[in-house]
Amino acid sequence: MNEGLYLQGMSLLDFARGPALRWAVAIFVIGVVWRLGALLLYKRQDLSRPRGATFAGGAKTLLTRSAPPHELEKDIKFQHYSGYAWHISMFIVLLFGTPHMLFFKGILGFGWPTLPTVYITVLSVLTTAILLVLLARRVMNPVLRKISTTDDYISWFMAFLPFLTGLMAYMHVTFGMRYETVLALHILSICLLLVWFPFGKLMHAVMIWPSRYKVGAAFARRGVRA
Amino acid sequence: MEWQGSAEEHSMAANNTVGDVLRANGVSRRGFMKFCAATASMMALPPGMVSTVAAAIENARRPSVLWLPFQECTGCTESLTRSHTPTVEGLIFDAVSLDYHHTLQAAAGQRAEDALHKAMEENYGNYLLLVDGSIPTGDYEAYSCTNGHTHLSMLKEAAAGAAAIVTIGTCAAYGGIPKANPNPTEAVGVQDIIKDKPIINVPGCPPIPTVITGVLAHYLTFGTIPELDKFGRPMAFYGQNIHDRCYRRPFYDRGQFANSFDDEGAKKGYCLFKLGCKGPVTYNACATLKWNEGVSWPVQSGHGCLGCSEPDFWDKGSFYRPVSAAYWGDVKTIGITAAAGAAAALAAGALARGKQKKAQEEQA
Repeated sequence: MNEGLYLQGMSLLDFARGPALRWAVAIFVIGVVWRLGALLLYKRQDLSRPRGATFAGGAKTLLTRSAPPHELEKDIKFQHYSGYAWHISMFIVLLFGTPHMLFFKGILGFGWPTLPTVYITVLSVLTTAILLVLLARRVMNPVLRKISTTDDYISWFMAFLPFLTGLMAYMHVTFGMRYETVLALHILSICLLLVWFPFGKLMHAVMIWPSRYKVGAAFARRGVRA
Repeated sequence: MEWQGSAEEHSMAANNTVGDVLRANGVSRRGFMKFCAATASMMALPPGMVSTVAAAIENARRPSVLWLPFQECTGCTESLTRSHTPTVEGLIFDAVSLDYHHTLQAAAGQRAEDALHKAMEENYGNYLLLVDGSIPTGDYEAYSCTNGHTHLSMLKEAAAGAAAIVTIGTCAAYGGIPKANPNPTEAVGVQDIIKDKPIINVPGCPPIPTVITGVLAHYLTFGTIPELDKFGRPMAFYGQNIHDRCYRRPFYDRGQFANSFDDEGAKKGYCLFKLGCKGPVTYNACATLKWNEGVSWPVQSGHGCLGCSEPDFWDKGSFYRPVSAAYWGDVKTIGITAAAGAAAALAAGALARGKQKKAQEEQA
């Protein structure tokens, strides 16, 4: 399992690429399977007669909840579309940055074409900027501030840190640290994200589609039109 | 290169300046100044310092140098001595009074021992000690000996009278390949044993000859050790990483890579990052100084950097695994963790169902 990485003389980068990542992946897998499994098992028996088609209701909600509701569109347009922007940008950076693809290739055993560095850099800067704006908005808007929990801030931080350290590593803004140290911090930030992922709001990455479906299906069964 | 003459001859040779030796070998003033300019440039000195470097090297008395080869493969000595044509760098090296190098010298056994001790006594406190090869320790100390003496004892004895120590190659600097897991001889580098002397590490497997002579030239010029990084390497040569200075860097930025050693990308000289090049995390002067008088260097020849000038480079995973590909575990471990997660889910589900049932019963 070590594949040639040994504790003796281990640098921070070796630690990040090896033991830290292995433990983070293990915690991530345990956490995600546990939460998904528990949700699937925790099924309440509903004895009432269904008042609508549950599957159709669930499928419809998957689509309708992906756009801002018409009545609220004016107020939440910025939040909604900036959310889309940084998520799409994040996935492009994550999947089409060459070093990132090679990381996944090491796990999956196959690779795919990637983008030149300039695109990845621009999109990373864009993502980082949007994340900062959204945080500022969360803190400055009294309503958003009121409904925000510690989980929101931790999850924001976990999403932000890989972009910050990734940009620092690529752009060599290292504050006196060596390149490999910043690269190690970048990988460690991913480890941190993986550990936090199942236990905080980042889990929405897995839950978003099933939960939207489930809400839609439950509403349809009860005859709610939402 | 070896010197084993009488004490009188030795004294005469030691009194020659480096300039005398170079002139005797037919090096022109122009060639010498060219070397000094290149050396000053490598050491990041201002142009005005070239004449200072030239004067210092030319007038320097031949310093006594002892070279102790320990647990090594002789690659470092080969690197320095096997150039096809005699270079100014090579002659600078010849100009030092190399009083002991048991691989190069003709003397053996007691005569070699005598030469070593004589040089140590005559220059006590002033000689430069060059070491290549790691040093076995503990129960394995005796695994590497010369003429019945363990290398650990030889190092301690020679280091006591040295003005400074220069470790030549990764083995002497950090333990290198002999130290690689499972380190069967408990090998270490010089800096793990000697704590009270200035040590300049010149790692590499082997180090670039120009870097070895450059460090010696710095010592001849200034009589001090150059600025070192956190691994004890001269900043002038090990201050920047290979990736930043690599001529293939533009291809990395454009996303053009070799995917195998014989594909179209490899033929076109694209970036070797995907093939495991360790350039981004390796600090050395290969990309700028190159080898064999600037002919080529590993990346130019089509193979990724192995990171040989870094401590424990042999134990950092496969040479062919990209820097960004991690050691995330294996399918078996993931299966076990997934099973553990499923077990936790079952337990949580059963607990929730129990609570649910109880609540429903209470309601009924």
